[in-house]
Amino acid sequence: MRMSTDHPAVTVVEARALHFRAGASHILRGVDLTVRRGEVVALLGANGSGKSTLVKSLVGINAPTQGEARLLGAPVGSGVDWSRVGYVPQRSGAGGGIPSTAQEVVASGLLHGRRLRLPRGWRERVAAALDQVGLGDRGGDPVHLLSGGQQQRILIARALVREPDLLILDEPVAGVDVASQEAFAATMRRLVDDGLTVLVVLHELGELEPLVTRAVVLGHGKVVHDGAPPRPREDHDRAGHRHQHPHADDNTLGEQARALDLEVRP
Amino acid sequence: MITLMLTDPFMQRALLAALLVGVTAPVVGTYLVQRKLSLLGDGIGHVALTGVALGWLVGVGAGLTPNDALAVPGAVVAAVVGSVLIEVVRRRGRTSGDLALAIMFYGGIAGGVLLIGIAGGSAGNLMQYLFGSISTVSDADLWLTVVLSAVVLTVGVGLRHALFSVSHDEEFAVASGLPVWALNVVVAVVSALTVTVAMRVVGLLLVSALMIVPVAVAQQVTHAFGRTMLTASVVGVVVCVSGLTITYWHNVSPGATIVVLAIAVYAVVSLVAPLLTRGRPAGDPHPDLPDDVDLPAAATERAAAAAKECR
Repeated sequence: MRMSTDHPAVTVVEARALHFRAGASHILRGVDLTVRRGEVVALLGANGSGKSTLVKSLVGINAPTQGEARLLGAPVGSGVDWSRVGYVPQRSGAGGGIPSTAQEVVASGLLHGRRLRLPRGWRERVAAALDQVGLGDRGGDPVHLLSGGQQQRILIARALVREPDLLILDEPVAGVDVASQEAFAATMRRLVDDGLTVLVVLHELGELEPLVTRAVVLGHGKVVHDGAPPRPREDHDRAGHRHQHPHADDNTLGEQARALDLEVRP
Repeated sequence: MITLMLTDPFMQRALLAALLVGVTAPVVGTYLVQRKLSLLGDGIGHVALTGVALGWLVGVGAGLTPNDALAVPGAVVAAVVGSVLIEVVRRRGRTSGDLALAIMFYGGIAGGVLLIGIAGGSAGNLMQYLFGSISTVSDADLWLTVVLSAVVLTVGVGLRHALFSVSHDEEFAVASGLPVWALNVVVAVVSALTVTVAMRVVGLLLVSALMIVPVAVAQQVTHAFGRTMLTASVVGVVVCVSGLTITYWHNVSPGATIVVLAIAVYAVVSLVAPLLTRGRPAGDPHPDLPDDVDLPAAATERAAAAAKECR
């Protein structure tokens, strides 16, 4: 790994000069990103700045037009040890034409790489993952009948069930109530203390703020900030915003940070 | 009377074929419904018709007797090629799965009729493949059915968790490093094999009904993927075997009887299921969580009262 020579910590996520084009749209325009072991990196940026596209390129869903992405030291592909990577997509219409239970969906998180069959004791592991997101009693419920926030937590459980070393989350708490956000932050705190590395796309730092060690802000397909987490803006005075310290970084973030404020709750 | 039916060697073979098709078709159908490709079976069935005609043509060319000795192998080959092709088209993303299916429909039928003419036959020769001919199942046909069913069941049931993952959320499967492309091809090939297995029982035009209708029945009564698959298979076996039994006593088309029976079961279940599940609710569906906003005292009281109503 190139980065490991000049940094003592091991690089777990690495993007170098990543470009992604969708038709005529140049969505990622040369993104460099490094996440080292033990870091909790927040990926911020306005709607349409390329956050989800970047994350999808890192996990292999999008094939970058140019540049390279590496996970855990291996180029994204079959060489990656996927048992150590958990991915939480933005809540989507995913789910097919047949209803499935929370247990079935979370269990699919136990399959990765060449593991095509569920391991022994999968029921206990699925139950434990559902417990972690506070849905321990909902294993038998069909996912499509759960609320949006609960469905989001099912997706988090699906990523946690394989006990990953690296967790990549795309707006995991969008549309999730504050109590659940706090529970999620507490779970993350415990996992991070145990050595979990996190790359999380967020619209605002919210309950995760105390955990975030570094923030990367995307703007128009490029990294416009990489460093200390920006403080929330002064005009945040709703429930859930406990940390309202004016900060010099606000000015550099300007309109992008303002755009982050708009969308979190339904 | 039942003994009479069960000792008839034609009927024994037919019943065994019906039983196998009844189990396998809904297993594969569950994955197709899951990926919203319910009509894939139809598309493959149409392409298989071209394969039947092609097998016929090769058989005539090689001087084989009977002329259609290669019809079923031809159907297997064409169905597998066609289903893999549609997966390639879907992956390339240039044409939507829907359009690719439509083109398969037209090409399959036209190719079949064209080739059977070149082979010196007529469209009439294709009828037994279009509508099934379970009473003419030979020992060789039966063996092929047994082997193909075994393959379909081994893959469809053995890999069910991986196939579920890919069908349920393909992007997540990619992000888990699963061999998504290979698994998609597996579903396509298994669908193709199922179509050719079911061809003799219900015919190519009705194959898809046997894959999809039992799943539609199962969906009325269960909300889990695994249980949907199991229930659909039970429904499939019941309608196949009872449909065939009816045709032993009454001179009607087995394929059509089986499909009409399946749809009748669907109709009855969709009428009865709501009555069964109406009963009492399983408890308060609303979780008891604190609100994100500070409510005035009156609102808190109303919330407590509302919670009581739900218990």
